[in-house]
Amino acid sequence: MDYGHSERPSGAAALPTAIKILVAGGFGVGKTTMVGAVSETRPLRTEEVLTESGVGIDDLSGVEAKQTTTVAMDFGRITISDDLVLYLFGTPGQDRFWFVWDELSLGAIGAVVLADTRRLADCFPSIDYFEERGTPFLVAVNCFEGARQYRLDEVQAALNLDPEVPVLLCDARSRSSAKEVLITLVEHAMKIRDARHRVD
Amino acid sequence: MTLQGESAEHQWVDDHAGPVVRPYAVTGGRARPVTGTFDLISLVTATRKDVSPEIGLGPEHLAIVGLCQRMQSVAEIAAHLDLPVGTVRVLLGDLMARSLVQIREPQSTVGIPDHSIFEAVINGLRAL
Ligand SMILES: Nc1nc2c(ncn2[C@@H]2O[C@H](COP(=O)(O)OP(=O)(O)OP(=O)(O)O)[C@@H](O)[C@H]2O)c(=O)[nH]1
Ligand SMILES: [Mg+2]
Repeated sequence: MDYGHSERPSGAAALPTAIKILVAGGFGVGKTTMVGAVSETRPLRTEEVLTESGVGIDDLSGVEAKQTTTVAMDFGRITISDDLVLYLFGTPGQDRFWFVWDELSLGAIGAVVLADTRRLADCFPSIDYFEERGTPFLVAVNCFEGARQYRLDEVQAALNLDPEVPVLLCDARSRSSAKEVLITLVEHAMKIRDARHRVD
Repeated sequence: MTLQGESAEHQWVDDHAGPVVRPYAVTGGRARPVTGTFDLISLVTATRKDVSPEIGLGPEHLAIVGLCQRMQSVAEIAAHLDLPVGTVRVLLGDLMARSLVQIREPQSTVGIPDHSIFEAVINGLRAL
């Protein structure tokens, strides 16, 4: 088999392209804060209009406005170079908007799952979702004041995580902390990508 | 209450349509673009400096061409114009059908990202 043909020609990477990383986790855990801390502008907000059943609208004729609902997504941009732009998307917290989660996670290179040790169970749905989809992710414990400090291995055990999944502490308000989380995630995603590529 | 200081478009919208109706008014009730799929992070660049108003193009179309003098994602266009993503997709379809914008699909829809892209992101983040 000739693998050469599946490789993009060198130089193709110079065409502008975009990649995305998701920031997920429970309600109020600091997703938007983290997106804002590390992005080049304050978080932008965009909306999708969905039908009440949570699916996207294909045909607006016959759809009354009251049968629709909007779901908001916060996101930020980091321009890596002239030809590479990284977008960070905070996932909408409401679990019923799986349609939007599916759209967001499609092609995402990885996800940050933010956790608050006072409400650790809030991040279970995010973890289940990314495990199921095979999206590389890590868990970043956002250190709110007054929260009891858990050891990282305690968090890892409580979340029943694969030992390969990085778990780290962070402060979602801090640019350097958010940066470190993202670098750890991309390194992790690169490892997974390289391992999968070798198997293929 | 006064509309003084608001742009003509805003007055029109405020007079004739509520905030819920506005997106559909902008697309003439269409929910699907005539062409293209437009991922949230597809990058859009205008192919011309500016476009004079012509039949079938509304102020929102022209606003997109203005915004996309600098490369923007579909999500950014939606955020800056304060329109739902679905509405922006329809407008982009119109513009693409007239070759007024160029679309660059995200890396992920082209294939598995190169190892070099991960490295570039890591280096880029370190340099922030
Ligand atoms: N003390 C402290 N407060 C934080 C931290 N991170 C976020 N906050 C605050 O917690 C609140 C919620 O943060 P958001 O970033 O809005 O959380 P979110 O996950 O986007 O919330 P939803 O989108 O509503 O689910 C805000 O008032 C933040 O200022 C942190 O590390 N420490
Ligand atoms: Mg938020």
